[in-house]
Amino acid sequence: MTREEPDQHHPPPRSEGRGRFWTEERPQRGTSEDATREDAASRRPEPRERSERNQTRHALATIGRATFLAVVLGFFSLPLLWLASAPFDAHPSITTSVPEFTLANFRSLLDNPYALSSLGNSVIQAGGSAALVVVLAALAAYALSRVRVPGRDALLYLLLLLSSVVTGTAAMVPLFELATRLNLIDTHLGVVLTLSGGLLPAAIFILKDFMDGTPASYEESARVFGASPLQILRHIVIPLVRPGLATIAVWAVANVWGSFLQPFILLRDPGKSPGAVILYTLYTEGGAPRLDLISTFSLLYSLPVVVMYVFVSRRYGFRFHGGIKR
Amino acid sequence: MRRGLAALAGAVLVLAACGTGNESSDGVTLVIAANAISGGKNAETADWTEKWVIPRFEAEQKAKGRVVHVVFQPSGVDDEQYKTKIALDLKSRAGADVIDLDGIWVGEFAQAGYIKPLPDVAGPEAESWEGWSRIPQAVQGLGVFEGKKYGLPEGTDGRVLYFNKDLFAKAGLPADWQPKSWQEIIDAGNALKRAGVPVPIQLNAGTAMGEATTMQGALPLLAGAGAQIWADGKWTGGSQALKDVLGFYRQIYTTGLGDPRLQQEVQGRDKSFAQFAEGKIGILAEGDYFWRAVVEPKAGVAPMPNRDAAVGYALIPAKRPGAGIRGQDFVSMSGGAVRVLNPNSKNPKLAWELLAFMHSAEATTSQLAGAARITSRTDVNDQVLSADPMLKFVSDKVLPITAYRPPLAVYPQVSTALQEATAAVVSGGSVDEAAAAYQRKVEAVVGGPANVAG
Amino acid sequence: MSPADPAGLGRARAAGFVLPALVLIGVFLVFPALWTIYLGLTDYRLTGLAAADPQVVGLGNYTSALEDERFRNSLWLTVQYVLGSAVVGQAVLGFALAWVLRNRPGPVKRVVEGLVLLAWILPSSVVAFLWIALLDRDAGTLNALLHTPGFAWLLDHPMPSIIVFNVWRGTAFSMMLYGAALENVPPSHLETARLAGASTFQQLRDVVLPRIKGHVLTNLLLISLWTFNDFTSFQITAGGPEGRSEILPVYIYNVALSGGQLGFGAAISFLVLLVNLVFAFVYLRLLRGRREAVSP
Repeated sequence: MTREEPDQHHPPPRSEGRGRFWTEERPQRGTSEDATREDAASRRPEPRERSERNQTRHALATIGRATFLAVVLGFFSLPLLWLASAPFDAHPSITTSVPEFTLANFRSLLDNPYALSSLGNSVIQAGGSAALVVVLAALAAYALSRVRVPGRDALLYLLLLLSSVVTGTAAMVPLFELATRLNLIDTHLGVVLTLSGGLLPAAIFILKDFMDGTPASYEESARVFGASPLQILRHIVIPLVRPGLATIAVWAVANVWGSFLQPFILLRDPGKSPGAVILYTLYTEGGAPRLDLISTFSLLYSLPVVVMYVFVSRRYGFRFHGGIKR
Repeated sequence: MRRGLAALAGAVLVLAACGTGNESSDGVTLVIAANAISGGKNAETADWTEKWVIPRFEAEQKAKGRVVHVVFQPSGVDDEQYKTKIALDLKSRAGADVIDLDGIWVGEFAQAGYIKPLPDVAGPEAESWEGWSRIPQAVQGLGVFEGKKYGLPEGTDGRVLYFNKDLFAKAGLPADWQPKSWQEIIDAGNALKRAGVPVPIQLNAGTAMGEATTMQGALPLLAGAGAQIWADGKWTGGSQALKDVLGFYRQIYTTGLGDPRLQQEVQGRDKSFAQFAEGKIGILAEGDYFWRAVVEPKAGVAPMPNRDAAVGYALIPAKRPGAGIRGQDFVSMSGGAVRVLNPNSKNPKLAWELLAFMHSAEATTSQLAGAARITSRTDVNDQVLSADPMLKFVSDKVLPITAYRPPLAVYPQVSTALQEATAAVVSGGSVDEAAAAYQRKVEAVVGGPANVAG
Repeated sequence: MSPADPAGLGRARAAGFVLPALVLIGVFLVFPALWTIYLGLTDYRLTGLAAADPQVVGLGNYTSALEDERFRNSLWLTVQYVLGSAVVGQAVLGFALAWVLRNRPGPVKRVVEGLVLLAWILPSSVVAFLWIALLDRDAGTLNALLHTPGFAWLLDHPMPSIIVFNVWRGTAFSMMLYGAALENVPPSHLETARLAGASTFQQLRDVVLPRIKGHVLTNLLLISLWTFNDFTSFQITAGGPEGRSEILPVYIYNVALSGGQLGFGAAISFLVLLVNLVFAFVYLRLLRGRREAVSP
């Protein structure tokens, strides 16, 4: 994969843009300030003869935009209704309806000896994988971004392709045998390492783009003052790409949180099984879903990811903002 | 960054520590694996294992002066996923000492070398076990492959035709309905249809229902047409018997006697349960699971408070009287789980003791926990089944005429081909084309036309 | 300025930085992946005689896959799925959202972004239940809203259903990536173009696209790869009815787990890898060609 180094083709971002980029530790707050500034800029007085046409166009655009956003809102919220109604319904079905309100489903779920502890296991496995993926990917992406290795993009893409083989059903025997030989069966560590291996290439692939986008000049100055590469990474590069790291962390957590097959074949003790595995046990002997338990558990099982997302996005920002500059 | 790395290293160590350390200090540890989990799928089996088997067996061993720890390893997932996990364990010469398997898997596990005949693992005690005399030959067959006993059967089941007596009364049909031919099923369906029943007949079909299509529909019908899916070393191909089966399916689903869309839905089987309970389905072919766990008045997934009065059951007739396998008038299909020993068990003798303990009359009775169910032991069945007329019916009338699936590794693919053939005719395809397509698929799956009959 | 190594990392240290990731990838990714590819050359099965004594069959699995109508059908459905849900759906909707929401702070943006991201981070088995509840023919929310009782979305239109599902599921990534990319486009350039009377389409083509090309490529590569491997639809349609939504990940699951044919399943996995490679080359070509067209 040979990708152009775009900095040679395009002028660097204008100075306001860069300034914004540098000061932006908390993008949530930063965005609104920027945007006000830019909105002001775009409302610069215009030549009189155009103003009327522009007003019509502006009105139409506003209506169009509002319609578009309303449709998108509907589209993205509609499927979520079931999760809001079924857990509280005395007789949940796949119908979304105003529930015959009850909390009994939560009570019967609490009777399940594995339900709540499985969420703790999900936290261990997802948190472990996310930490491993973010740290290793950040180190590797930084090095790959700063030191030119011939064919690195092609190599990265090749690893990305291989990750698609390993995360599929067909790789379960090799993964299981590998874990057996490394004595990792029935350990959280085995799950973490196996899942991290599958996530790392994409994480490096994305993070390298981020790192490519951070200007090297500060690193050079820091180097002049005698900072070590690890210090440079820690104090200069990481703060710049923090929202991106946060995004990768959330992405890794969400991926591990939903993984069923690998934890299922690697773990034996249900006391170590994550929520994704326990969710699959809430069926009858004939395979009929116990919707009262499933809907309730689905809600509980989804909440930690949502809470994490809200926390991470408030604390670190949650976007590729300012990361990838080309 | 360095702090981050240190934290990471710490986390890895903690994780590694979590993984080890469940070794017991003294005594012997035995592990039982089953596709059951407390609070989830087959919870009764899991609870019984944990609360009855383990403490009692440990106490019994202690009385003999041995310290034995028994650990239960629950799963409670989709059967195929459980099978995969067990196969991986056995392949790597690990896994539990006593393992729960569907009887249908015995052959393929034996062929793969994952399990061995019981006497090979546990010695002659396994041959002279008291329980063998209590288990009917046909039920023992669940754990037998190529004439050798690989596992102890836990119990069995049977398929019947359920019908809604209220709807039958409305359609002028008798409450003690017992069809004697396929045509009489169609006739009843037409009467129900005239009486305004939305779905007169539910006969599982298509791939979405999976093995339920094969077990509740295709195989009983095939038996009723006089053929077994696997006999004398050959698989049934697109024979006349198969065409009869597909023709019957086609008749039901293209003349408005069944709901073809229901067969395509992923939740089709669950919906059929709900519709039967709501009084929308007249006749439904299912196993005794339907009676025990679906329309069961209290804990069923589609409970019917008046089940005992409203739900009738009848034997599945052959195409014509005498046209079934072995010249039978009525047919059924059965399956059931078995428990096997891990040939790599470090304590095979003790594992056998545990296995035999789990299949003693006392343990079998206890496993039922008051609920009736057809166990493998006639001595237990005689006591418990009188409480439930339906299960007694299965035990007395169905089991003598039933048949079993071949326990071979390619069976799941043949089963899928059968399901696809039913799907084709249910959605209006021709019987001959579906049978020809089935023949091609089976030939490809089982290694050529030489292994296919008809 | 030393463009080759501005941070003064040096090759040895750079290697040290890359090494931990490489070791993990080597052991838990490359090794099992190569093993899987090797299994694709055998008739290995999970159980039965072929489990005890698997034979190398060379390219046998590949030839029988290519001859198998079910595989070819599945491949074609997968191409539709990737083009429809990822390349067109996620990328276009994600870009549109990023474009409309750019420089537009406030509650609307937060709510829209939050919902789109929620669809992305919810666990897949939960998401599957949500979509069944939405599209069910008897009791689905959608039929209730549209007053179309009994309309069988999942049976009559299985592919469009799962394509729309995957757009819902995965748009967040494209939205975030393009959101970042659009910050590379200097507002003054857009302003100039607008004053010169350029339509929105012209602005996008002449001002925006040339600056975000790298992101478009990254985005397309990743979302195509993820969509090729997306298994969630299995829980919604199970590949049916009659295999009309049996995309390759579902096919592999059916073959490898339900059918136990691990060797054959591994071979299909490798074929999926090759198809991904073809897609990557097409993206590269298209985006290069486009560059020559717009920047004389």
